[in-house]
Amino acid sequence: MTFRHHLPTRREALIGAGSLFAWSQMPRLARAEGRDPRMLVIVLRGALDGLGAVAPVGDPDWIGLRGERALVLDGKPPALPLDGFFALNPAMPNLHRLYKAQQATIVHATATPYRERSHFDGQDVLESGIARPGAVDTGWLNRALAELASDGRVDPRGSRVLGVGSVTPLVVRGRAPVLSWVPQKLLPANEDTQARLLDLYKHTDPKLAAALEARMRLAALGATGPSDAAMVDAAALAAPGIAGVRAYFAEAAGTAARFLAKPDGPRVGAVGFVGWDTHINEGAASGQLANLLGALDGALAAIETNMGDAWRETVVAVITEFGRTARINGTNGTDHGTGTVAFLAGGGLRGGRVVADWPGLKQAQLYEERDLKPTTDLRAVLKGLLRDHLRIDERALATTVFPDSIGVAPTAGLVG
Amino acid sequence: MSRSAKAEAALALHRFGMGPRPGSIAAIEADPRGALIAELDRPAISELAAANLPSSAKAYRAVTDAFAKRQAKAIVAKKEQDAKRQQMAEASAMMEGAASNTGEMAQKIAAEAVPDPGRQIYLDEARIRIAAALGAEIGFVERLVWFWSNHFCVSADKIRSMSGAYEREAIRPHVLGRFTDLLLAAEGHPAMLFYLDQTVSMGANSTAGLNRSRGLNENLAREILELHTLGVRSGYTQDDVIGFANILTGWTLVPPGDNPEHGGEFTFNPRLHEPGAQKVLGKSYEDETVEQGRAVLRDLAANPATASHVATKLARYFVADTPPPALVERIAKAFLDTGGDLKQVARVMVSSDEAWSEPPAKLKRPGEWVVGMVRATGLTQTDPVRYTDGQVLLGEPLWRPPSPKGFPDDEASWIDGMGRRLDVANYFAERIAGRTDPQDVIETVLGSQVSPEVKQAVGRAESRQQALVLLFMSAEFQRR
Repeated sequence: MTFRHHLPTRREALIGAGSLFAWSQMPRLARAEGRDPRMLVIVLRGALDGLGAVAPVGDPDWIGLRGERALVLDGKPPALPLDGFFALNPAMPNLHRLYKAQQATIVHATATPYRERSHFDGQDVLESGIARPGAVDTGWLNRALAELASDGRVDPRGSRVLGVGSVTPLVVRGRAPVLSWVPQKLLPANEDTQARLLDLYKHTDPKLAAALEARMRLAALGATGPSDAAMVDAAALAAPGIAGVRAYFAEAAGTAARFLAKPDGPRVGAVGFVGWDTHINEGAASGQLANLLGALDGALAAIETNMGDAWRETVVAVITEFGRTARINGTNGTDHGTGTVAFLAGGGLRGGRVVADWPGLKQAQLYEERDLKPTTDLRAVLKGLLRDHLRIDERALATTVFPDSIGVAPTAGLVG
Repeated sequence: MSRSAKAEAALALHRFGMGPRPGSIAAIEADPRGALIAELDRPAISELAAANLPSSAKAYRAVTDAFAKRQAKAIVAKKEQDAKRQQMAEASAMMEGAASNTGEMAQKIAAEAVPDPGRQIYLDEARIRIAAALGAEIGFVERLVWFWSNHFCVSADKIRSMSGAYEREAIRPHVLGRFTDLLLAAEGHPAMLFYLDQTVSMGANSTAGLNRSRGLNENLAREILELHTLGVRSGYTQDDVIGFANILTGWTLVPPGDNPEHGGEFTFNPRLHEPGAQKVLGKSYEDETVEQGRAVLRDLAANPATASHVATKLARYFVADTPPPALVERIAKAFLDTGGDLKQVARVMVSSDEAWSEPPAKLKRPGEWVVGMVRATGLTQTDPVRYTDGQVLLGEPLWRPPSPKGFPDDEASWIDGMGRRLDVANYFAERIAGRTDPQDVIETVLGSQVSPEVKQAVGRAESRQQALVLLFMSAEFQRR
């Protein structure tokens, strides 16, 4: 059966999903040390097939596992060699270039502590930083920044957030002020109306006041900021299908980078991209997954370009809630699995490596005999970045940011 | 109750309905709770309005047919261009690139000569849905439709032609009926089967599976357990998902191109069905027909975990992000005691004091807020293109949830979108300021049920547009 005309275009679903959420007060301490680090977290919603993105071409069981759908070095097109054992999906030439330049690291066979297969619980664990789903309504990235703030190292004045976004992802929810951005299409209400509304909220509804104040602050920042956002937006909205997805990923990530690159802009942000739930017709070197990986690759290129000189002090972490089944399912896709990959990119990295304690692909080596077995706790990687790049206290990481992770040591040496 | 009759009527309209219209507070202030229950006994006007729209199967066939014609046109255009290119290549190798570009262009133009009916079907469905929300006296039943449509969501991104008809066919007829029937209608609807990849799933040992060495897709079975019935972390295992997925193999739709009368309708295809008994939640299901799956759904509908899951979601949707436990228990008990009679469940909810004692702190979702704003002006029709574009801007595009979980329902998910709401309010107020007096809205629509601060802000506004923006953006108008 073919139903090509019903394949998702996803364009409209993406609007809102790609919002930027960022803080502007973060970098004071690091600046005092002569550094000004940036960090952008990209959440891939729907569970990325890590084996389809970064293939263990050196594993003797790889081809047997995926058959003609195994990504291989002599495929059409060929996978991009990384370190002799792993190879990258050919849809990601930019990431490959960064890897060769020691500005990208791939973490394989990784997962959060979550071991079930619900997207929503999986995302909850990924974004909350708590091993048990549904436990809290704050995210690890927000708590990490709140931790800095509580030490008095962040100027508590300023940026009470602005919300232009629609759905705020859990990873950035919490006490630390958030500002959000999505592509503008309407002319905004004028400043006078905003000021009057803010005055009204201050007397009646402090939460709405905070949300509106945040928007006004971001608008003020944007006035001298990304001037071509509206034009890019128009282009993204006009493009159909995967071209629209590519344009949207690049615009959302590229705009995040423009904000983060500004001297007075935010230093930490998060973007979410949907569409990774490839139950059917996933493809290998081409197809649905390759299309999305290509769009993600374009987004990484847009970040690098728009960061300008700040790219040297940037780390981008691309993470997903879990992986997919090691084998292809009955419908040329993959179902919900466990172990997967995380991509790290940025001039601040000591890259050019694949970090993996490879578990093997034989039946008995798979998790529950069906998924890539996770051997690296994703929290270790994130803790390593937060400690060595943003200089967040290791004890706080183990108690507040990722509670109950005292036994999970931060991965050392990720940043240069 | 210390609240005034007018205030209770306003709360009924905001919390359980689509928001006040001119005169509606006065109309129900004698007995607001009774008015809500009375609306459950009146037939929904939207069912009448919907009669002129094509069924989901017919819509699907129309889109498939148009797509086939487009393909055919493109193929003809390609052949013509190939012939031309051959000649040009012989004439000059330099020209080949140019010929290839014009070839693609010609195919595209040829295909686009056949219009795609999908967008118009989507907009027609949107139009009657908005009209139902704007035209309802209170809108309690419509809110229930919106709730269940989001609970059993499909996405127009994957199946645009059926997304509106799905709600009319699978959701509307059952929102005041039995949960079992709603569940069976939703899970057996072609739109759901397509959305959750069920149409391509087959038993590994079925006739088709053995012939084609393809097999199972777990998506539908998992989401039924996790999202539609028991709820996540309610104790089912991966084996239950697989057993249930096997049971559901064969649930598919008639290929739309193959059958001019029944293409796109539900069918059970035994060639795809995994043979043999299957276990779900410790119970063995022997029947190997479509009844095997229906039996599982009936059992899931009667499971106490389902009652609890549904009760929690209902109370959260209507009353508070963290609803009073006593209210949730009361709703769950009604669900179990009545065998999932959803009309009784709705009646018990609005008859419970806990449903009225919570402060009006619940943030309306963008779609509810927009409809409330339009209702307040007395309009009963709106341009579906403008409406659906607005919903996209607000992050809640109509029938396009970001995942099978549907749109979220809590304040934390939506409050950062306030700036975007302000832009939409500003735009709408600009369009209606010429014919809508803000003081009039306060008096005749809201029954003066706004705070002195709002009255003062509206009174001091520099223009009608600004006054309307302040009113529509006020906490009284955004929270319930």
